[in-house]
Amino acid sequence: MSPKARTAPVPAATDPAIIRNFCIIAHIDHGKSTLADRMLQLTGVVEPRDMKAQYLDRMDIERERGITIKSQAVRIPWEVDGTAYCLNMIDTPGHVDFTYEVSRSLAACEGAILLVDAAQGIEAQTLANLYLAMENNLTIIPVLNKIDLPAAQPEKYAAELANLIGGKPEDVLKVSGKTGMGVEELLDQIVRELPAPVGNPDAPARAMIFDSVYDTYRGVVTYVRVVDGKLSPREKIQMMSTRATHELLEIGVSSPEPVPSKGLGVGEVGYLITGVKDVRQSKVGDTVTTFLKPAAESLGGYQDAKPMVFSGLYPLDGTDYPVLRDALEKLMLNDAALVYEPETSAALGFGFRVGFLGLLHLEITRERLEREYKLDLISTAPNVEYEVTLEDKKVIQVTNPSEYPTGKIAEVREPMVAATILAPNEFVGAIMELCQSRRGIMGGMDYLSEDRVEIRYRLPLAEIVFDFFDILKSKTRGYGSLDWKADGEQVADLVKVDIMLQGEQVDAFSAITHRDKAYAYGVMMTGKLRELIPRQQFEVPIQAAIGARIIARENIRAIRKDVLAKCYGGDISRKRKLLEKQKEGKKRMKMVGRVEVPQEAFIAALSSDDTSKDKSKK
Amino acid sequence: MTPPSTLPLGDPAPADGLLPAQAADGAAGRRFSLYAHIPFCAVRCGYCDFNTYTATELGGGASQAAYAATAVKEITFAARALDLSGVPARPMGTVFFGGGTPTLLPAGDLTAILAAAVDQWGLAADAEVTTEANPDSVTADSLRELADGGFTRVSFGMQSAVPHVLKVLDRTHNPQRVPQAVAWAREAGLNVSVDLIYGTPGESMADWETSVRAALSYEPDHISAYSLIVEEGTKLAAQIRRGQVPDIDDDDHAAKYELADALFAEAGLHWYEVSNWARTPADACRHNLAYWRGDDWWGVGPGAHSHVGGVRWWNVKHPTAYAGRLEQGLSPAAGRETLDPATRDVERIMLGSRLAEGLAVETLTPAGRAAVAGLIAAELVDPRAAFAGTLVLTLKGRLLGDAVTRALLD
Repeated sequence: MSPKARTAPVPAATDPAIIRNFCIIAHIDHGKSTLADRMLQLTGVVEPRDMKAQYLDRMDIERERGITIKSQAVRIPWEVDGTAYCLNMIDTPGHVDFTYEVSRSLAACEGAILLVDAAQGIEAQTLANLYLAMENNLTIIPVLNKIDLPAAQPEKYAAELANLIGGKPEDVLKVSGKTGMGVEELLDQIVRELPAPVGNPDAPARAMIFDSVYDTYRGVVTYVRVVDGKLSPREKIQMMSTRATHELLEIGVSSPEPVPSKGLGVGEVGYLITGVKDVRQSKVGDTVTTFLKPAAESLGGYQDAKPMVFSGLYPLDGTDYPVLRDALEKLMLNDAALVYEPETSAALGFGFRVGFLGLLHLEITRERLEREYKLDLISTAPNVEYEVTLEDKKVIQVTNPSEYPTGKIAEVREPMVAATILAPNEFVGAIMELCQSRRGIMGGMDYLSEDRVEIRYRLPLAEIVFDFFDILKSKTRGYGSLDWKADGEQVADLVKVDIMLQGEQVDAFSAITHRDKAYAYGVMMTGKLRELIPRQQFEVPIQAAIGARIIARENIRAIRKDVLAKCYGGDISRKRKLLEKQKEGKKRMKMVGRVEVPQEAFIAALSSDDTSKDKSKK
Repeated sequence: MTPPSTLPLGDPAPADGLLPAQAADGAAGRRFSLYAHIPFCAVRCGYCDFNTYTATELGGGASQAAYAATAVKEITFAARALDLSGVPARPMGTVFFGGGTPTLLPAGDLTAILAAAVDQWGLAADAEVTTEANPDSVTADSLRELADGGFTRVSFGMQSAVPHVLKVLDRTHNPQRVPQAVAWAREAGLNVSVDLIYGTPGESMADWETSVRAALSYEPDHISAYSLIVEEGTKLAAQIRRGQVPDIDDDDHAAKYELADALFAEAGLHWYEVSNWARTPADACRHNLAYWRGDDWWGVGPGAHSHVGGVRWWNVKHPTAYAGRLEQGLSPAAGRETLDPATRDVERIMLGSRLAEGLAVETLTPAGRAAVAGLIAAELVDPRAAFAGTLVLTLKGRLLGDAVTRALLD
């Protein structure tokens, strides 16, 4: 065995028997990117001088947050017993919001490394992805990472992993991505244990898209795994879901920088460039075939991305609206899951209602808009999509409380999720209390090991989008983890709570809540606003109402004194400058009727941080 | 009156003290006043952020003994600079000695400074000449000497009649001393004003009423009443931050203002500016009106501000630096601003709206005029006066005067 392969197999001419396609299933912070870095170094595909931490995470946000948003595929050579093998490592997104992308990455592989932090054990999302991999019949290689940590408990977690995948604790590999310990053995193990891909080289070409990335210079770069046949440069290819055809301008492999090749054959993983400018024309999960000799059937498993969480995004400075519009257009090129439409708020002006896969997707998008496009944004409280049936049988989809119909409502349906929570068993009570308070129905509970449990609940999505995860973390002292997936919908007794300032409804503060929680929301929001809105020249009542019924009320007393007592010769310049400053400050006020509301008040009132603090205090 | 401790940011001021051309435009038709700052106090009060020093802090030309001579130097410099700038000499309509505590200087020093100014510019026949005074630092003799030297008016820093309130303010005078000082001033033939401060931490509504009634019992011609302003960097600000004394409360200030205004009116004193009340229109402090009406004045002394024809400047703050500049024959100004017509108009509205004589509605911008109806509806502006063409604040409007100014300038 040698650390590097002397002669790397050539793309388009590689026998499937020497190919191994694998991905790494891991939770955020469990060291996946660091392990990937070590593999790139050991196999020599990245020169030491070019190496940087988290090499495959291209975006700053990915590096900072330690998460992978977009997958990458890297072709790396490795030699075992004198044979040069070709390993394709497919880096998977590491977050619950991107479950569908994960499922497509898994479908492109024959095996998966289950990578778990030896000090923390498996987390809920990792478990969910492990189940997904096992359903796809992937061969699993269990690995404990960070065994160099003083807090590592390799025996305990090896037993847990063995229990989950039905193996023996002593078969669990122990590595350190940080020091490189055990990584060579892991590469050998991949070659020995994972099956080689199987496909028909003579059949019409079929390749599955597992990622699609927009690049400013090259247009959309599509990552595929070839199942049958062969793709070659200059060929006309066809997307099987839309029948759209594109010229194949370039085809190649990443190792890890793009290297054009003469094509991609059975079992190979690489990229395609067709000149399209929008990732929607090259969707994750779709099957690529050739136009001249198209396949009869797609590989299956394709789904359109479905936004689950909606939020209004408004520029703090109204004149930035065109900048926000252009920025969203650009982000959309690289994010097939992002949907948006223009929206107007009486309080916040012009903005967009944007649909996201989940809260992290929302946060990342918002952060990218602020960072990459220098925007200051207000995002309204996240909302789910409700289906409201009126008495005249008309059905309305509501993603914004202000669209909630005022007429007679026959039924409201809300989206549900199947949630899995993993935590040490001492927190079972606290977790159940939290889930029950969020209108959850318990599905079941299993012990993963002596002291770790898996709790399953069916919950309304609306109950987990705002602050559920933060509270779960605080109630389990950071040990609890959460995974969820869409699980149909249910009829629920929901109402819209309006917030009024001096009798004027402020759409940005309205919320759709369960009837039992309307009062608590009203009290919380009116109380928050009383603190956040400065006193005006007149009394400002703040009310929360369901329809015409007031459920909570606060009062901002009128300001009685706003005058400088002394204004003599030496005070005049200072006083005039203060006036000018106050006039500037007024520009940052939003008028709601006659009430001046500082923009900071909108941000603070709608931020989930404050709410979670409030709630955790109770 | 007293300049604040922080100087504004402006343009550099030239060493020769010459003014830009606009200062001379129409100067012959404008009134002229003098302010003299006396930067000494026996003790520094905990709330005070004024440019003032205790006797032992300074030496040389800045010392208490040498100060009058230094101030006279600036008067000489001023007369020459104005003359060279084409601003004609006009007799002084008002003169005001502020501090600090001007009466810490011997009365002869104050009258000498006044005499030097009269030598340069002359004094109008009916001129008002005021000095601020601490009740502790005057005697029947010193007040008579001031009156003989040309002073017509004295303004006593009474602040409160309640010992525990005076203590929080670090005022050392004995409240019983005030009626005595007022009586001496009257005997000397001086008009009398007293200054009050309300809203001191720990002052109850009853305490405030006691102080107001005490002040009225001395039958002054004029009262100034200021809410306590806690300035950054003062001892009081630090005490509040540390929680040693309670913070001030604007609602409390408003209630005390209303009480004072009612008691003053009952006693026959009427407001003519937000914080000033006079027995008759003739008793109003004409020197302060000069500030609010945009007249010309030269401010003598460290940190003192001046204004001539839309040019404002201010002197270096420290008495030692101030004395040093004058010794070298240089202007003691630290910086200045030359106001354009729009900015002068902002100041005119900002200052004029504080006065009971009011602002002519026709002099407002169209947007300002459009705001008047809203101000009447909000009960901030007197409707009858407004319909007659003058904008005058109501009692509620006086308490929200800055909001009125902002509305008029929108």
